[in-house]
Amino acid sequence: MLALIAQSPPGTYDVILSDAEFVQQLNAAGYIEPLDASDYPFDDMLYGDFTKFPGHWSGDTLYSMMVRFGHLGVLYNTTAISAEEAQSYKCFWKPEVTGKVGHFDWHLPSLGMMSLYNGNGAGLWDLSDDQWDAVQKTTMTLRPQVGGYFDYGGTFNSLKNGEMLAMCGIGDWITGVLEKDGAPVASVVPKEGGIQWTESYCIGKGSKKADLVKTFIQYMLSAEGQVKSAQMAAYPGFCITKAGRKLLNEVDPKEAQRTGQVDGMANDPITLIKEGRIHYRDIPKNQTLEDWNDFWSEYKNA
Amino acid sequence: MVETKPTKRRFDVFALTLRLPIIVWQALFFVGPLVFMVAMSFFLVRNYRMVEAFELKNWSRMLTRDYVWDSYFYTLELALLATVLASVLAFPASYALAYRVSEAARRWAIFLLVIPFFTSYLVRIFSWYVILAESGVVNAGFGFIGTGPFTMLNTPIGTIVGYLTLTLPLVVILQTISLASVDRNLIQAAQNLGCRPLRIIWAVILPAAKAGMVVAALFCFILSFGDFVSPYYLGGSKPPTLTILIIDTTKSGQQWPRAAVVVVMMIVTLLTVAFASLAFAYSKRASR
Repeated sequence: MLALIAQSPPGTYDVILSDAEFVQQLNAAGYIEPLDASDYPFDDMLYGDFTKFPGHWSGDTLYSMMVRFGHLGVLYNTTAISAEEAQSYKCFWKPEVTGKVGHFDWHLPSLGMMSLYNGNGAGLWDLSDDQWDAVQKTTMTLRPQVGGYFDYGGTFNSLKNGEMLAMCGIGDWITGVLEKDGAPVASVVPKEGGIQWTESYCIGKGSKKADLVKTFIQYMLSAEGQVKSAQMAAYPGFCITKAGRKLLNEVDPKEAQRTGQVDGMANDPITLIKEGRIHYRDIPKNQTLEDWNDFWSEYKNA
Repeated sequence: MVETKPTKRRFDVFALTLRLPIIVWQALFFVGPLVFMVAMSFFLVRNYRMVEAFELKNWSRMLTRDYVWDSYFYTLELALLATVLASVLAFPASYALAYRVSEAARRWAIFLLVIPFFTSYLVRIFSWYVILAESGVVNAGFGFIGTGPFTMLNTPIGTIVGYLTLTLPLVVILQTISLASVDRNLIQAAQNLGCRPLRIIWAVILPAAKAGMVVAALFCFILSFGDFVSPYYLGGSKPPTLTILIIDTTKSGQQWPRAAVVVVMMIVTLLTVAFASLAFAYSKRASR
């Protein structure tokens, strides 16, 4: 995304949908326009952090508007791994799933999960050299269990046809679709913690349709837009506004229940965040992305 | 003794006009991008943006990583295996089409071999999921005779099946055309001299059709070596081939220059194999 935008003249892109951890880079490179915070429903957010999401503000200026999020944890086939076993990443090492553990082929979430399994908790991205070495060692021990590395389509296929019985690096954005399709899969945030993916909209630098983009973002943050996002066929995301959650519970209570988006449910994503079990996806603090990716390539080749 | 005057090479506008399109095409779409790719391999990336430079950092980094060489030799090995398998598997069919069926049947067969190319390669590869999965058609057959299930998806077997899906029809077509153009008089002469069928194939047909056979194998190698779809979707990227490594490298902080190093390694390999193959294909046997 960054390379594509870097090589395009200003005004090429009106709206940019970015993972939250890259908003800072977009802003630092001058690829996005500031937003007017008063245009958006900050007083209706389900959780305080969403109003000042990391990297979305520069001082008092808003640059990106969070619209949806989801949680990554243990994704498992319910016929091979029990709900109790899935409460820890340890289930990936279960002998019964040897050769049946898949990875979503993107190093950040998978290595982040290994970091959580190693007990790094909130410091999962902020690893010392020793901690980073330990994460690499732990990850390597998982290699004999691994059956493949997949993109979006491959992940669906391998879980649907039972080739993979557990998957590291993904969460409800995949199971949400598969469960509706009748596959015996589920995802859970284990006791070591889960990772949050966050999607945010920005207005591209030099856009001549900034007003139109603003209206679009406002729609996505409206109750109706939030419900559509939660029901998205490609990959569902959680609502971020109270109005969105309320409407979801009214029009699609089954989906609200399935995803825990009901006040008071134990797996309510907001409750999980408040309990400190969820960590926002980020990039490595003390190593470079290349360091992590180098190791990921070594791991795939091992 | 009559002295012949050396003929002067005249500027031939007609010949040049005919040659020009291919020269321009190759310059624009092969030489130009190739030069840019080589140049890019020396660039640097700062803050996710490529910066023009002439540094050897990308080369030294990539060439000193074991996983790069692991991927290189794995890709080479799989492409060679696919080439040998495709050439051997295609030959009986090509031989039958060239010598054992009517002209009309051959035309129909070639038409049928072209039909798979009407469908997207990606779609054809995804269809193998249904066939090769542990709960798929092949394992159902094994189950019927009391064996299996065998894991075929996300293994090198899956990758090879994918490579053959891509290349086998093409190899059959090229081999058939090559075999069909062998002078029948040579075959008949060998038969008249009492040569056995296998010896006719080995000593007469294969040498006469050598160029076409080598070109068919070369196409198979080139397509397999550069394929991304099969090793990713049927091989499970386990381990990754060079094409997958390119994707992985670009995902990491927009390292296009490092990916360009891998691309240049691939192009050098392909050019070496192509020139060596063509030299072999058109080499003349030493006279005894």
